[in-house]
Amino acid sequence: MKRFKVMTMRKQTKNNLITFVGAAVLFFAMAALSQAGVLNNKITGLLVPIGIYVILAISLNLTVGVLGELSLGHAGFMCVGAYVSGAVSLVIQNSPNLAVPDWLRFALAIVLGGIMAAVFGVLIGIPVLRLRGDYLAIVTLGFGEIMKSLANNIYLVMDNNGLHFGFTQAPELGENSEGAKELLRGPIGMSAPQDTNIWVVSVVLLICLAALMMFIDSKSGRACMAVRDNYIAAQSVGINVTKFRLMAFTISAAIAGVAGALYSHSISLLAAKKFDYNLSILILVFVVLGGLGSMRGSIIATIILYALPEIFREVGNYRMLIYAIVLIGMMIFNNAPFFIQLRERIGASAPVRKLKGIFKKKKAGGVE
Amino acid sequence: MMSFVSYLVNGLSLGSIYALIALGYTMVYGIAKMLNFAHGDIIMVGGYAALITMATTWCPVWLAIVIAVVVCTVLGVVIEKVAYKPLRGAPPLAVLITAIGVSYLLQNVALLTQTANPKTFTSIAAGAPPFLLVFEGKAPLFFTAAADSPYGDLKPVLTISMETFLAIVVSIVIMVLLTLFINKTKAGKAMLACSEDKGAAQLMGINVNGTITLTFAIGSALAAVAAVLMCSTYPQITPYTGSMPGIKAFVAAVFGGIGSIPGAMIGGVLLGVIEQLSKAYISSQLSDAIVFLVLIIVLVVRPTGILGRKINEKV
Repeated sequence: MKRFKVMTMRKQTKNNLITFVGAAVLFFAMAALSQAGVLNNKITGLLVPIGIYVILAISLNLTVGVLGELSLGHAGFMCVGAYVSGAVSLVIQNSPNLAVPDWLRFALAIVLGGIMAAVFGVLIGIPVLRLRGDYLAIVTLGFGEIMKSLANNIYLVMDNNGLHFGFTQAPELGENSEGAKELLRGPIGMSAPQDTNIWVVSVVLLICLAALMMFIDSKSGRACMAVRDNYIAAQSVGINVTKFRLMAFTISAAIAGVAGALYSHSISLLAAKKFDYNLSILILVFVVLGGLGSMRGSIIATIILYALPEIFREVGNYRMLIYAIVLIGMMIFNNAPFFIQLRERIGASAPVRKLKGIFKKKKAGGVE
Repeated sequence: MMSFVSYLVNGLSLGSIYALIALGYTMVYGIAKMLNFAHGDIIMVGGYAALITMATTWCPVWLAIVIAVVVCTVLGVVIEKVAYKPLRGAPPLAVLITAIGVSYLLQNVALLTQTANPKTFTSIAAGAPPFLLVFEGKAPLFFTAAADSPYGDLKPVLTISMETFLAIVVSIVIMVLLTLFINKTKAGKAMLACSEDKGAAQLMGINVNGTITLTFAIGSALAAVAAVLMCSTYPQITPYTGSMPGIKAFVAAVFGGIGSIPGAMIGGVLLGVIEQLSKAYISSQLSDAIVFLVLIIVLVVRPTGILGRKINEKV
């Protein structure tokens, strides 16, 4: 009976299932191997950031690949998630009256980080989604930089009298302020408890991946793709364009916030200047090279592109140079009309297309 | 009052540098419909070119500037030929990522050859006296003099450095020349035609590829001039010097309406003034955030920028 079901499964569902199971096997295997001590330190250290970047890439893929809008401010949502979750964790940890077990505190921090990022997604989405194309891109870039600047100026100090909040300068403490703890220290950053490990990242990643794939495969997800492919036609068949664009944008922001929460709990000192446009662009590179709209492509591209420069650290200063050249070369080889024709002429296009099919489900054309 | 004027003049100076960079962005966007993310790094290359040539003994300042302009122009044309030209007709996002790749490439070449340590840039107007505004009685006197001022006892109410003055004057001259070039010459009109409709321009016998190359050349040359002016005012240079001004100028171009040349000029100047005034009166840490906030408000009210044309989509 079960076998019969698999046979008649829709192609999309089957594809999603393969991606999900593949990611699950890969990440849990790596987690188990690193716990067993089989992997060396360098690779073990890479697993958590790779997982976090994969979450970021699949969430950005929803905006860029499925919704078809170029976003250059994804790091901003990650920043919101990182700061909110970090603050929540630190406050709970430093309150003697709150006896919350560690796992619950961490879970709460991740959820709150995601929710706050979603709130910001709605607040930013309402003005941003009035725009289209390059104007939308530049406004998301602006929002990313604004959130970075704001986070860079937040001070939060906790003492016996409670919480003190300061903006652009440390708050003044009153009487009886022994044992004051600086939780957020403006440009210096914060030191959230180090809770993130590869198991948590793997589980969160799989939850996010499943949620995203279910969204994309749902009626709403198809509405988003209709808006991407033809805005006016989608409007004319009665799709509420604004609603679906805002929905996808918010989900993307929320998942980026979750990634931010994992991130802030994974490094010892986190400063807001990490969340600049370079980070947004880095994630965008993962998404575009992986193939717009393809979750599997995003996962594979992120793992390869993040791990390679780290593994080849021995090459030292030349590695980023090589990375840049490879990036340009790949983009030209994959997209230049000349090379596409050349491949067709020498008949190499069939295997190449088959190979590309792994990475690319939708023909690049997601963004007009 | 006078401090306000002083901030305003500094803002105009910074803004005219932004405007020069923004012109490069906007011209390339207008004609090739691509966001040239590597433009900021061309500024950095121009800065290093001027720095290295000025460090040699035989090279006078004017020659260093000319060399910087030539280096940037050649670099811009080479980048266009090698990286962007093969991608003509490819999806815009592919071109964008390629531009990001070029930006990484330039930064890393600079890192390898010039190291990450900041280097001090000698101002092109080093030693030139500042302009002072002195009130004697009621009549304001404007003159260039430093310590040996004949009005030694009178305190100047306003001081404008030579670099600030140069940035404004040079930018105005370049903008006037550029406007004349575009509206009066054949090549300039060809650029306008290409940005309007490439296919039709080609049918009218315009060499579209040549025009695009010319656009990149002019944009990069402007970036070199901006680099020299900027590094003279803020005398430090690292491999990442170009990236923030590049982003700001990009914002300025969008602010004025991307693709519009007067828009880039207005956007750049406004952006510089807003940045300096918010640094002076609101908060120096938050000036970037304020600049972006103003941009967002402008775009939400006028979705295609100040001078951008509204494009109606047809089915």
